[in-house]
Amino acid sequence: MQYSQKGMATVENKNAAANSGSQPSSQSGAPSGAKTGAKPGAQQGFVYLPLIAGWLVPGAGHFLLRKWGRGALLSGSILAMFLLGLMMQGKLYSNAHEVLDILGLAGDLGNGLLYIASQILGLGAAQTQTTIADYGTRFIVVAGLLNVIAAVDAHNLRTGRKS
Amino acid sequence: MSNPVFQPSHFTAVVLFALFASIVFGITQRETPRRMVRYGIYCFVLFVGSAIAISWLMFLIAR
Repeated sequence: MQYSQKGMATVENKNAAANSGSQPSSQSGAPSGAKTGAKPGAQQGFVYLPLIAGWLVPGAGHFLLRKWGRGALLSGSILAMFLLGLMMQGKLYSNAHEVLDILGLAGDLGNGLLYIASQILGLGAAQTQTTIADYGTRFIVVAGLLNVIAAVDAHNLRTGRKS
Repeated sequence: MSNPVFQPSHFTAVVLFALFASIVFGITQRETPRRMVRYGIYCFVLFVGSAIAISWLMFLIAR
């Protein structure tokens, strides 16, 4: 027995009716933006630009999408966390000989250009000697991870998955 | 010129960590501003509260 949702009050059918009158838009059953709740026209252009910009510069993905308030808060939080980590003599991971170093390096790389600039300028301690310096290392790693979350959020806003 | 150094207490470090992480969690995990604020506060309280609770637990175990 074949089951069809054609004509039912699903999100897909409502959006199709709104876009093209009474003509359903997806006869073939192929996935569309409406199925995932995406806004019409949200997929135009390079959708990964906010993701990449947000990764390279904290908050830039939201600024590109004109989410000024959210972008400023994200940028301020991530920048503050990264800079406080450096001021606490935190370590910047630069090699990955052990498993924990690989994880730390992955977290640090989430900071994008901040990490690259800090490496070039020689910021960050080579080794952690105090407990506070160890906290600083975690601040830097977590700042990178939070930046990745923020960049993915910008991507979701761009694709219309989130409003 | 030496780099500026910041030497917070452990509790200050916890509060700063919780503050910044909660802001990012609130903005990214919820959709409306009101729910963002509520979730941010919820995360902050959980971060700081769990740190205090675990600290007391470790203190009592060590005695």
